[in-house]
Amino acid sequence: MFPDSKIPEGPLAEKWDKHKFNVKLVNPANKRKYDVIVVGTGLAGASAAASLAELGYNVKAFTYHDSPRRAHSIAAQGGINAAKNYQNDGDSVYRLFYDTIKGGDYRAREANVYRLAQVSVNIIDQCVAQGVPFAREYGGLLANRSFGGAQVSRTFYARGQTGQQLLLGAYSALSRQVAYGKVKLYTRTEMLDVVIVDGQARGIITRNLITGEIEQHAGHAVVLATGGYGNVFYLSTNAKYSNATAAWRAHKKGAYFANPCFTQIHPTCIPVSGDYQSKLTLMSESLRNDGRVWVPKEKATAERLRKGEIRVNDIKEEDRDYFLERKYPAFGNLVPRDVASRNAKMMCDEGRGVGSSGLAVFLDFADAIKRNGADWVSQKYGNLFDMYAKITGENPYEQPMRIYPAVHYTMGGLWVDYNLQTTVPGLYATGECNFSDHGANRLGASALMQGLADGYFVIPYTIGDYLAQTPPKPVTTEHPAFKEAEAEVRARVQKLMSINGTRTPDDFHKALGHIMWEYCGMARTAEGLQHAKAEIQKLRREFWSDLKLVGTEAEMNQALEKAGRVADFLELGELMVDDAYHRNESCGGHFREEYQTPEGEALRDDENFTYVAAWEYTGDNQVSALHKEDLRFENVKLTQRSYK
Amino acid sequence: MAGSNPNAKPMNLTLKVWRQKNRNTQGGIVDYQVKDISPDMSFLEMLDVLNEDLLRKGEEPVAFDHDCREGICGSCNLFINGRAHGPEPGTTTCQLHMRKFNDGDTITIEPWRANAFPVNKDLSVDRSAFDRIIQAGGYISVNTGGTPDANEIPIPKEIADRAFEAATCIACGACVASCKNASAMLFVSAKVSQLALLPQGHVERKSRVENMVAQMDKEGFGACTNIGSCAAECPVGISLENIAILNREFLSAKATSNNLA
Repeated sequence: MFPDSKIPEGPLAEKWDKHKFNVKLVNPANKRKYDVIVVGTGLAGASAAASLAELGYNVKAFTYHDSPRRAHSIAAQGGINAAKNYQNDGDSVYRLFYDTIKGGDYRAREANVYRLAQVSVNIIDQCVAQGVPFAREYGGLLANRSFGGAQVSRTFYARGQTGQQLLLGAYSALSRQVAYGKVKLYTRTEMLDVVIVDGQARGIITRNLITGEIEQHAGHAVVLATGGYGNVFYLSTNAKYSNATAAWRAHKKGAYFANPCFTQIHPTCIPVSGDYQSKLTLMSESLRNDGRVWVPKEKATAERLRKGEIRVNDIKEEDRDYFLERKYPAFGNLVPRDVASRNAKMMCDEGRGVGSSGLAVFLDFADAIKRNGADWVSQKYGNLFDMYAKITGENPYEQPMRIYPAVHYTMGGLWVDYNLQTTVPGLYATGECNFSDHGANRLGASALMQGLADGYFVIPYTIGDYLAQTPPKPVTTEHPAFKEAEAEVRARVQKLMSINGTRTPDDFHKALGHIMWEYCGMARTAEGLQHAKAEIQKLRREFWSDLKLVGTEAEMNQALEKAGRVADFLELGELMVDDAYHRNESCGGHFREEYQTPEGEALRDDENFTYVAAWEYTGDNQVSALHKEDLRFENVKLTQRSYK
Repeated sequence: MAGSNPNAKPMNLTLKVWRQKNRNTQGGIVDYQVKDISPDMSFLEMLDVLNEDLLRKGEEPVAFDHDCREGICGSCNLFINGRAHGPEPGTTTCQLHMRKFNDGDTITIEPWRANAFPVNKDLSVDRSAFDRIIQAGGYISVNTGGTPDANEIPIPKEIADRAFEAATCIACGACVASCKNASAMLFVSAKVSQLALLPQGHVERKSRVENMVAQMDKEGFGACTNIGSCAAECPVGISLENIAILNREFLSAKATSNNLA
């Protein structure tokens, strides 16, 4: 029996309002009797912690960073969507809802997505009130730009640093509550397990990353806002510390993991340059507003280019193939990310890729510079151009950028109901950590929207419903479950320290990343996935017998931190492969080569796969149990996605 | 390959690295050799190479802070050859690439040095003083919900752009590390200016600047003597003008307000 997704009855547009009325409230005087633990201080965590504290709850906020402001939300570049329709170009809540459902290739819940579109407008108001300096027009009103998968301009932005400005807004709200004493902030503290008391989440076990101390923390509810798991692939646009440990520990304690194979490969990243590479850098999708994507028409031209016999600027206009504009005239360079990525790969597979590895396509601004001038381009994208120049040593004002797809975001995550509660009562997941809103592919500028929607405008309502049904008695760490969970954490840390093998955590991580990218990346096959599963199992055995660490666990030990995260990636990676193997269709970012249209587009199987795959942990080295939540589309008709 | 110069040869380097076990022990410089460093590597990738070598040999890797490696999170903070974030202007350590160095170079790598930034271990320092300064008033006091429509507050583009420029501070601490007085004025002024420039921030402008400055002093940062090395070394180009704005805000608060501090 699948857990109730708690989607309210009634017409789509009324569900959230009705639900807000039906949820139970905690009276203002009682709120101070409840402690809420929030893990993670990115957009979803900081906004939740601040908003819950403002309501009167006592919040404990945890981050492994030295400051909440360093969470990876800070690196989001392009913007945040909202259905404000300030541009009078035909946008509406319904259109944002529709674009998101379609963009997600019909694998997201209608009710959640509609709510997201509804509250999107409040987010912008909130951020402006906090002093977030969004881009403005000369008349003083807010500016917008367009993003992939949409034909309206609904994206609000702060140059190429929107994530930074939004996070600093949420961080300021959080800081204010820290000053008031309503939030107790724990920095450089990593959550290593969740504590379940009588079937309900009642606390967490943490490790102090400076002293190595293992600590217990109790609360009436736990909110995980710990981000995505893209770093399973080793190379991704995620920050180096981004990891799946909190979510994976919760999964092993009973929280289902939904659609783990839905990962987003972002089309515009700086290509890999060598084996030493430690991460990949995104070039914002907003660049596709003005940049044109192309490869040489002829394979022979591409070959000569790769060998350095000719230069890019020598290639004549008629010898260039602007393949996105050619194949998708309606959306052109602004097709959704999965479509753009897959097409870049197709060009490279045809032998028309550029760069010495042949694994890159051009993103060209020559036309925009000719049309509007280099200053105009610099105003809009200056920091991105500078970053590109620093990393590659090339000047993108003078020659096109070279880009290639890279892992960027994970649509999958902890399964949550409409209240954002996982299958463990009292345990919530917000932002990228949950699976709920993006289906099989996320649209650009929607991650910031979802993180802040969950934290500012959803969880403050829905967590009350749970707390109102929890007696307002103090929770402590006295229950034996805390001692047990702490002992487990200690044993695991000690086990990692005692293997005393020969290979470093990064060495294993790179090996895992290679398997994942090769077999569970942009294109997947049943055969490849089976191979990957065996390889991951083998690698995991090697990890637990040949890991090398030095120093002790009772001090700052960054290699130990890394080892714990890699150990979890090695388990999650296998689940991703299982999920990709079982989903015999292509949809969004999940592309199974066996299932494609004659034109090479993703071919869904709506009859058999219109569901959320939620996996239940059944024990170490056991096959996870698959539960299916059927997706019902009452407002949108499922069609073959077309951006032509 | 991204930006690779086919003629660029791998480099061998000598590193002089600050090693310190923890906050309570004394540290010192230790020499290391790294070989076959590609000019296309970032500085931190070069350190990754060193750390992998050390770990394999059974020696403790060098602790350092880093995360996004895109120049935006503000985590990385190395003092390289006597300069915050190294020799390239307007660049964080993670965006510094080895093509800026030459084969055979000796590179000295130290942590930020300031009383208010105690060393955690090796090159990692504690910058929580910055958080406490923001907690003292670096915000606009609005709760979630009940805010007016975003377009009800028109803001001239020039003002919005200036506020944005100030708001781009990444709180890395290079300003403090570069200042002979270890002053945090540039950091504090960036937040004060951003919020003083915007109409939303006007309501609390006086108490904000007083409280933030008081906290700054309490944390043990030094005084500003207008040398300007902070702005010269700031990786994101926070302007000295912000310090002038802070001084003006502070003076007018002291002259006219309820004198909170």
